Formats: sequence, structure tokens, C-alpha cells
Amino acid sequence: MSPKTLYDKIWDAHVVHEDANGTCLLYIDRHLVHEVTSPQAFEGLRMAGRKVRAPDKTIAVPDHNVPTTAGREDPKNMTEDSAIQVAALDTNAKEFGIHYYPVSDIRQGIVHIVGPEQGWTLPGMTVVCGDSHTATHGAFGALAHGIGTSEVEHVLATQTLIQKKSKNMKVEITGKLRPGVTAKDITLSVIGETGTAGGTGYVIEYCGEAIRDLSMEGRMTVCNMAIEGGARAGLIAPDEKTFEYVRGRPHAPKGAQWEAALAWWKTLYSDDDAHWDKVVTIKGEDIAPVVTWGTSPEDVLPITAAVPAPEDFEGGKVDAARRSLDYMGLEPGQKLTDIEIDTVFIGSCTNGRIEDLRAAAEILKGKKVKDGMRAMVVPGSGLVRAQAEEEGIADIFKQAGFEWRLAGCSMCLAMNPDQLSEGERCASTSNRNFEGRQGYKGRTHLVSPAMAAAAAVTGKLTDVRDLM
Amino acid sequence: MDKFEKLTGIAAPMPLVNIDTDMIIPKVFLKTIKRSGLGVNLFDEMRYDRQGNEIEDFVLNQPQYREAEILVAGDNFGCGSSREHAPWALKDFGIKAVVSTSFADIFYNNCFKNGILPIVLPQDAVDVLMKDAEKGSNARMTVDLEAQTVTTSDGEVFSFEVDSFKKHCLLNGLDDIGLSMEKAGSIDSFEQKAAQARPWV
Ligand code: SF4
Repeated sequence: MSPKTLYDKIWDAHVVHEDANGTCLLYIDRHLVHEVTSPQAFEGLRMAGRKVRAPDKTIAVPDHNVPTTAGREDPKNMTEDSAIQVAALDTNAKEFGIHYYPVSDIRQGIVHIVGPEQGWTLPGMTVVCGDSHTATHGAFGALAHGIGTSEVEHVLATQTLIQKKSKNMKVEITGKLRPGVTAKDITLSVIGETGTAGGTGYVIEYCGEAIRDLSMEGRMTVCNMAIEGGARAGLIAPDEKTFEYVRGRPHAPKGAQWEAALAWWKTLYSDDDAHWDKVVTIKGEDIAPVVTWGTSPEDVLPITAAVPAPEDFEGGKVDAARRSLDYMGLEPGQKLTDIEIDTVFIGSCTNGRIEDLRAAAEILKGKKVKDGMRAMVVPGSGLVRAQAEEEGIADIFKQAGFEWRLAGCSMCLAMNPDQLSEGERCASTSNRNFEGRQGYKGRTHLVSPAMAAAAAVTGKLTDVRDLM
Repeated sequence: MDKFEKLTGIAAPMPLVNIDTDMIIPKVFLKTIKRSGLGVNLFDEMRYDRQGNEIEDFVLNQPQYREAEILVAGDNFGCGSSREHAPWALKDFGIKAVVSTSFADIFYNNCFKNGILPIVLPQDAVDVLMKDAEKGSNARMTVDLEAQTVTTSDGEVFSFEVDSFKKHCLLNGLDDIGLSMEKAGSIDSFEQKAAQARPWV
């Protein structure tokens, strides 16, 4: 048999039908659903008199819209349009008989955190969701990607997706990371290197010692932002750490099924002589704690650098950089560490897991948020929140002056009341620094949780290594 | 779904690179449970000021581009989220084709599901089309899906590639759920095989 990549193996195991021109019908093992991109899909089913083909493989949770403050079970505490979307999900989940975690359930949280936490996401699966950050689940060696609402409807009706195979790209991070450097810095640095369109047309497999050394949480952070690099999906081959994470989760296989699953999972790696269409190699030692300065995730620089000038770029990027600097209110040549911050947001499906909260708390221990700043932690799920409370991390945040919120997407995309105001500048652990992403004319600098905590303490973008 | 065959219309130039889905349709407009009515909010934050007044220089506010049916855009158009509200908003405004050097993957797929044709061309071709679009409403561009060509107002012709299945669906306005449901037999037998090979799924 010819050598295969991990992506090839998962793909081949899920092809239901292939047309002469290579268009495939791909079987979907898990379909995750949230309130924003699904109402029109369920409505479409209803209008066509169709059912959900595999309700037992379909999992829904409200996350994008929900407030993260107490009393949110009461729709009166939501804006009217948010309440309508959440109520639509409630109704659709019941009517179509799919798994559902309402806001009142402690297991509720960001869909990409809930899936792995509950053991819905397993190695070798195909996982889709009407959300681009579905790439997160690739950390388990699952082929996971975002889809649009028409495709959500297609998966609901047929449990398949019409797909053409992407190309294979390998991103290798060799060696060890230096102290203060985290998974977030890896993933941002890769995008800085390849650009936001560098992965377009590819599925990326991340590998190398620095990736192997990451925890499952860290691997999820890396894969989460594969989409920001333009890739359809990001993948990491499963290993003992993956199996350990999965073992015992509510929906993970048990007993003899566990053994059978494990035997297959252990075959899920790229063969030595597999073909790669593109390879990017970065030395782990070369990665520094990074921040974004502009309004595209590719606008990444080490925290020790200075704001670039538009003339430093070429082609269409010159104008884009000029527009970014204007939007961000920054001057070329300004040191990044001189940029003052108004708000710190720790959370999102990129960095809302327990390890992320631990990393931030480690920096915050015994320190205070700088006077006059707003600082907010939004755990990725109710269970992450409960664990952080048990570990005493919640107390560290609260004592430092952070708001300790309920789980949801929150200020990652600011569809709920957690928003930046005009000109407000935020160090955020989320994944997108687009114009208006965190609030109209809000200014976002993407950073790791440790760097966000450091910024909260000093009131400026800060090299976390100075506080370690 | 609406068919797309051939279109001659006004093209609006948007040379900015990395136009993301938050720019195309900001998230405040995602709270709808319908597909229609998003056109007035297309490019909302670029198109209107905070008081809701039109920003004059924005291309689609200029008189000659109000009826635009084609966009010629900078690289990596539609990057960002999976929101299908982006093509819904474009469509509702009246945009039926977008030309760029590259598109983000999910956005690209979403266009086809909504009768919009995204066209990928090399930089030099996009440069020529951008210039043509800048001429305003007297210059009408022609997009022919059957022939896979874009023709400038001066008659210069550029050929583009498109997946044959996607082309077929768009030309005929086919709903792919219906098409896939015809393969229910294959899905059933796949499920039976998979249940034996991977019973834990
Ligand atoms: S946390 Fe942010 S990126 Fe993740 S699913 Fe929610 S809105 Fe999307």
C-alpha cells in the first residue's frame, strides 16, 4: 500500500461515495451545533419535511450569545434577539431529539470545549460544526472543520458532507520551547510565517518535538487557529497523551470497545515516506512570546519588537497595514511594550481551558490588576469553571481584581453584552483581531493567557518573561 | 437555489486584502433566524457611521456602484468565520459574483450554496479587472459560467477554473441535499460497515 498521511487515512475511512471528478460524499461522525449558525438549517429541514438522520451523533450547546453573568437562565436577562436564538436552539434540540446542554447545565460551555470534555471528540473521527474554530478538535487526530449553514443542514439531513480532498501540509516545530513561550505563541508564529492565506487549500498536520511536548489543552490551542492560517483543518497525530485525556470521559468507549478503538487509534499517524504538498519547519527555540499589532492574525511580532511601518510590506498589504495602524491607533516605531491596555480578556475556545487559567493564575498570584483596568476571565465551560474553583485558581483571579464569569464565547466575538467600547484596547486570549470583532471600533491584541495576565498587572503589553 | 448562467453587470472595486467576514457582515446582524434581509447591513461598519448615515467614500455608497452585481476584491476575500450570513448579505444586496486572487475556503463553499459565483484569477488578471471596475457604471463586465470566462468592458477575456460538480449545481440551481439524499443507499451501507469496523463511534 502506498504511504499515507494521517489526513489521508482518516479521509479514506470516511468516503461514502466518490464521483468521477473526485468529489466525495464524506461521512460525518460528530456534528456539533450552536445557536447562531443553526436556526436557518433546522428551518430548512422543517420546510422540506426532513429529519435529522443521526440525532445520536448530533450535539447542541448555546454559547455565542449567552450572557456570562448570573441569572442568565432567565431569557429576560438576554437581549430579545439573543433570547430568540437560544430559544430556537432549545426547541430544535427537543423537536429533533439531539443531545443538548442548556445554559442551566454545568456541562454547558463553548462548543469546542464541551465536545472534547464530554468525550464526543475521539481520534480518527470526522467532526464538523457551523463554526470555523471546529479545527480545535484536530488536536485529537480527528478531521475537524467548520461549515456554513447550508452544509449544517446537509449534515443534519444526510450525516454526510460533499467534499473534495485538500492537499497535505506539514508544519513541524522542532526542539524545545523557551520559558514563557506557549502553544498560543506557536500557533500565532506559524500564521506570522505563512500568512492568513498560507494554508488555503490544505489540511495542516502539526508535528515535531515541541508539539509532542504540549498537553492536550495546548494542542487544542494550536489546532484552533489553523483556520486563521487559512487551512481547512489542523491535525495532530494521537499518542499516549491523547488516549489518557480521552479515557473515562462520559462518551468515550469503554471495556472491549475501548481496546478495539485504541488498536485503531494507534495506526493513526503519517507514514514515514508519505507525500507532503507543502512543508514548513520552525525551530521551537526561535519562537518568542508574541502579540499582534494589527487587524489580521498574521500581524504578529515578538513582544520585544516595535510597531512596523506600512512601507515595510509589499503589494496590497501596504494599504492594509496603513488601515490597520490607523484603526489600532498605533505609530510605526512605537515599542510594543509601550502600548497601554484598557482591558484584559481571558477565555475563548483558543484559551479557555483549565491549563490556560492555571498559566494566567501563575503570573497573577499575589499581584493586582493595574488600577482603572477592566479584567475578565470567562472559563470555557461550566466544568472548567468548577475545576478552577476547586483548585483555588478562581480565588487568585478574584483577589487580583478579575471578574469571574460564567462560561460562553463572551468577548471573543462580543455577541453578548461583553463588548469593547469605541477605542478601548484589549489584550485578549481569543483568536481574531479583526476590526470590530470585540466591539465596534474596539482594538484587540492577541496574546497567550500568561501574556494577558502580565498585561493586566502592568497595564501595558508586557513581556511575560519579565514577571517570571 | 437560484441558477447562475451568465451575467453582465457593474463591478465594484474593493482592492483591500483580507476582507474578512466580520467586515462583510458584522456579528450584530447574526442574531437573525432568517436568511433574508441582510443586504442593507452588508459591509455595515465600512458603509455607515455610528449614526447610521452613509459614509460617502465607501464604494457601494457611490452612485455608480449602487447597482453593482460583481465585486472585484483583494486577496484572501471572505477569511474568518464560517457565517453563511456573509454570502446571504452579498446576495441580498444583489452581488452575484466575486473576483479575487484567493478566497477563504469556507466562504468559497458557502457562495456556491447560495447561487453566488466566486472567481479565482491570477494577480495580473485581477489587476486588469480592478482597473476596469474603477471605470464605474459605464463599464460592464461579463461573467459567463458555462464558458468559464470573465470579459472586461473592453472585450479582454480571462478564463477561470471551477470545479465541475460545483459548476453543474450552480448552472442548474440544484439543491445538494436532494442530490445527496439520492445516495441514501450508499450512506446506509457505509453506516453498516462502519458500525462493525468502529462500533464505538
Ligand atoms: S470562543 Fe470565539 S472563536 Fe470560539 S466558538 Fe466562540 S466565538 Fe467562535
